[in-house]
Amino acid sequence: MATVAVDRSRPVSERASRGIWRDALRRLLRNGPALVGMFFISVFLFMAIFAPIITPFDPIRGALVDQLQPPGTHGHLLGTDLQGRDELARIVYGARLSLIVGVGSVIMGLLLGGTIGAAAGAAGGRVDNILMRITDVLLAVPGILLAIGVVAWLGRGLPQIMLAVAATNAPVFARILRGSLLANRDLDYVIAARSTGASRWRILVRHLIPNSLTSVIVAATLALATAIIDVAGLGFLGFGPSDPRTAEWGTMLTDSTQYLRQGPYLIFFPGLAIVISAIGFNLLGDGLRESLDPRLKR
Amino acid sequence: MAKYIVRRLLATIPVLFGLSIVLFVFVHLLPGDPATALLGQHATPELVAKIREQLGLDKPLYEQYFLYISQLARGDFGRSILDNRPILSEFLTRFPGTVELTIGALIFAVGLGIPLGRFAASHVQGWGDGAVTVISLLGVSIPIFVLGYTLQYILSVNLHWLPTSSSLDARLLNSVPPVTHFVLIDTILAGRWDAFIDALKHLIMPSIALGTIPLAIITRITRASVLDVNNEDYVRTARAKGIKERRVNDRHIMRNAWLPVVTVIGLQVGGLLAGAVITETIFTWDGVGRWAVQAIQGHDYIVVQSVITIFAFIFLVVNLIVDVGYAFLNPRIRYA
Repeated sequence: MATVAVDRSRPVSERASRGIWRDALRRLLRNGPALVGMFFISVFLFMAIFAPIITPFDPIRGALVDQLQPPGTHGHLLGTDLQGRDELARIVYGARLSLIVGVGSVIMGLLLGGTIGAAAGAAGGRVDNILMRITDVLLAVPGILLAIGVVAWLGRGLPQIMLAVAATNAPVFARILRGSLLANRDLDYVIAARSTGASRWRILVRHLIPNSLTSVIVAATLALATAIIDVAGLGFLGFGPSDPRTAEWGTMLTDSTQYLRQGPYLIFFPGLAIVISAIGFNLLGDGLRESLDPRLKR
Repeated sequence: MAKYIVRRLLATIPVLFGLSIVLFVFVHLLPGDPATALLGQHATPELVAKIREQLGLDKPLYEQYFLYISQLARGDFGRSILDNRPILSEFLTRFPGTVELTIGALIFAVGLGIPLGRFAASHVQGWGDGAVTVISLLGVSIPIFVLGYTLQYILSVNLHWLPTSSSLDARLLNSVPPVTHFVLIDTILAGRWDAFIDALKHLIMPSIALGTIPLAIITRITRASVLDVNNEDYVRTARAKGIKERRVNDRHIMRNAWLPVVTVIGLQVGGLLAGAVITETIFTWDGVGRWAVQAIQGHDYIVVQSVITIFAFIFLVVNLIVDVGYAFLNPRIRYA
């Protein structure tokens, strides 16, 4: 959490501003923790994009004779798992899956939650009431049970898993956007726009939503961290991708829990991968929050 | 005040009602026929039809819902499809396990989070503050199952300090009759202090695993809240009057810093129930969360919808308690 402290070191008029986004970017690049976060995210992105270049090994097929090799043997930098598959290859390809499913679920959640929140905030009255009660219902259900439910219902394909995770974060996005719309609705610039005869739709799309974007962007970045954790959580509980051979961090962890004694690294490495990417998005989210709202200082 | 509580309680009814409809429709869309799940793949069609009739699955959906909701209103949650045990009594034997785990996690999170947050606030911008910030960042970024297995590997497999899983040593299970189903209370009732200590040891790791996310959040909010209050005029006045720092901390700062902290603690309960699902699975803990996962895997949809309904109810009630708790902490808030 941050406390509000207005920077009074320079008079407002003296500050050279090049628009909110460029200012925010400048502040972001001066924010140490955010840079660390971006570094972690870059590592994660690098693994996901260049997976086949990083490792010559196949993440799906392995030789049983190679099973449970400790890290460093026979060119297996991170060792091999029960099926003799290279652990590094599985982690690197797992990054690909986490990235796709994580980003996909946040986008789906944004679309779903954003639509609900915008409709509720813009319409107000009874529509608002009904939509918010629906989000209350969704928020009252423990997230992971909701996600498991969606996967159990629709199946274990990647789109279904994305939707499952989206269902848990959509109500949060809906609340944030609605709250922000309500807070802006009676501000002077909106009244000014209304007085010039702008239509309700135009005010919503051109004025209200752009001014709510900053809080949504911050929430979405932080949601990426939880989405990666939730996807792994689904895999951990046995609701991961339908092909059990798929390289997915949570599933990899679960498959190795019986071998905690013989191969603790099989738990440690995928765990580390999840933690590092989650830290990355958490740091970037916090940094974005600070740089998009200059009044906030830690 | 009483009026406010009643109104809020009444407001939970439409939410629960809506939830019951959503859940009912939802679980009936789940693939996998419970009658087939019950009888196995090789059952004759006649037998399956007969079981479907017995379970009321052959009736139209709205009729099934009406039956379900009228039973629910009478406190009858129905029976598990898989083992035919009444859901409510099964729930009541498992719920204490989840409660013990949740309370353990809360004690860990609050007991450590508030001192850590206060420590960070009093060393703001220093190394102590930095260390606490890193701890809380790690706390929100580490999934329960990663932390759980890491703890198991270090504390059980390597150091042999704590038992790996379950809530009581198997050898002690028979000597402790389940009276309340709270293991800690049952061991005391049985007069077995050795078993009580054993149960406490079993509780430590799952509580840490489950309590780490709330710990991180509570630490952050305590730090921010204390810093906020620290800048208030009345705190400066109190210090200027020469009041001892300790008294300023307890009487002037914490009194006012409590409010956001209590809100956040209340909000954690929902997260704890969700986290219990995973924690109980890691530590083979006999609670409601693991039961729910097993029920979903076994297509036992009656159990699934009951558990989710009860969880949602608890979540709503806890939120209400938190809101009412404000009034006691902050006399300026008046509920109308």
